[in-house]
Amino acid sequence: MDSGGADAARILSEIKGLKATKSDIEAKISALEAQLKDLNCRNDAVSSNGSCPLATSLDSGLGHGLSPEMIHRYSRQLLLPSFGVQAQSNLLKSSILVVGAGGLGSPALLYLAACGVGRLGIVDNDEVELNNMHRQIIHTEAYIGRLKVESAAAACRAINSTVQIVEHKEALRTSNALEILSKYDVVVDATDNAPGRYMISDCCVVLGKPLVSGAALGLEGQLSVYNYNGGPCYRCLFPTPPPTTACQRCSDSGVLGVVPGIIGCLQALEAIKIASAVGEPLVGRMLLFDALSGRIRIVKIRGRSLHCEVCGENATFTRQQFQEFDYEKFTQSPLSASAPPKLNLLSGDSRISSKDYNERLKNGEVHILVDVRPEHHFRIVSLPNSLNIPLSTLEKRLAEISSALREAEGQRDASLYVICRRGNDSQRAVNYLHDIGFTSAKDIIGGLESWARDVDPSFPTY
Amino acid sequence: MQLTVEFGGGLELLCNSVKIHNINIETPKGAQQLAMRDLLVWVQNNLIKERPEMFIKGDTVRPGVLVLVNDCDWELSGQLDTTLEEKDVVVFISTLHGG
Repeated sequence: MDSGGADAARILSEIKGLKATKSDIEAKISALEAQLKDLNCRNDAVSSNGSCPLATSLDSGLGHGLSPEMIHRYSRQLLLPSFGVQAQSNLLKSSILVVGAGGLGSPALLYLAACGVGRLGIVDNDEVELNNMHRQIIHTEAYIGRLKVESAAAACRAINSTVQIVEHKEALRTSNALEILSKYDVVVDATDNAPGRYMISDCCVVLGKPLVSGAALGLEGQLSVYNYNGGPCYRCLFPTPPPTTACQRCSDSGVLGVVPGIIGCLQALEAIKIASAVGEPLVGRMLLFDALSGRIRIVKIRGRSLHCEVCGENATFTRQQFQEFDYEKFTQSPLSASAPPKLNLLSGDSRISSKDYNERLKNGEVHILVDVRPEHHFRIVSLPNSLNIPLSTLEKRLAEISSALREAEGQRDASLYVICRRGNDSQRAVNYLHDIGFTSAKDIIGGLESWARDVDPSFPTY
Repeated sequence: MQLTVEFGGGLELLCNSVKIHNINIETPKGAQQLAMRDLLVWVQNNLIKERPEMFIKGDTVRPGVLVLVNDCDWELSGQLDTTLEEKDVVVFISTLHGG
């Protein structure tokens, strides 16, 4: 049986290695194909019109710049009376930047590549993770552990090799945002954090770029177009940043995969409308999507604010001010939503590592383990014999801790340990327990994540 | 006066996860009309069950909350001074940042 297990592990690892090699090769092929098209295009442009993909470098003699191959590829869009060849031609000459290749960016990029945007930029510095796959549908398993930009670019090239894909493998910061955004006609905000939203909006105002902004969390989504046709910017609507406690992350609150997918598709649609100059962009309006109740509401929002500090009548927000503005300080939250904050509320003797806790467990120490995660987290996975009292209910359920301690200790003193997912809420709980007299309470440093990392690698993480 | 009050973007978590509330509210004594100012106080006292600081800051909603009266930003109707009428729908929605 053991050798069977070892064989399976070896085969799995070989498959994994081969898959990685395969996706590498595929990425190289699609990059080379794009290069080749580019070269052919330049040569053809000199000699004949051929099947040059770039609208800017060809003239088929039909007046609209579409090659026969393009006419065939985009025919179903050309057939639309309200879109047609003029809008397609506009689109082919346009450039769109998508900031974030995550849940929103995935479908947005796929559709923007497919529909024939001339140049498509992708900014991200994250890597693909297994827990992204349920919503970030542009990435495939073979790309886990690799840069999202590389993965997304390969997927876009595979769909449409005639679109110029630009990979910006870096986090967007005030130091590089002006330079990157200035190269595009339309900006799509598909990021996942508050400082990023302010930064991108301000940068769009400074550069005069339309911004298609989408957000999704849990089972809800929001969408609007800022800084376009006299409409408001993000700051007109939200001049003061929300408290950090109001900025939930998908990694804490969860998100149903299809919800950002829907908002991302709508972002692609708004970007296409702006780039091709058709229809009415969602300016001065906001779309609110509630997946659970199946409701979409489109509401009228305020116009550009005369008093806006960035785009208002007397505002003088310059490029230099933008570069010097501290967005993380302004919003009190980090520009990268993937790094959860680590609290340090307690002194060392009120804390214990997961390894030490495991030692005490093995030594048969009499104790109570309170898990302060919300109930729906506890139902996913928990340590045996732990007592679930969510932090929000701790105050009301102290009696349960007291009675569990009495039951456990008999004549001896029973210890009290508190655990949570990452080791933040457990510290808050221990702080509170100390205050009201449970002075021996200790938190397990790093929570269940450290348990899984340092004690039991087979323990599921989420 | 019958009003519909809705919460979204996570604010419903402050009211036992109930999003839609059909409420009956009296115009304050001596006042001619019910204003959003009055409704905010009523909502805080009657619907918000936890963490009121996630809803109110000072005498208005906290930053990051959009208020919509009949699908229209209350900035366009006078914010706290917006007067309400029978069957109006008031939505409080927290802006989302995730993606």
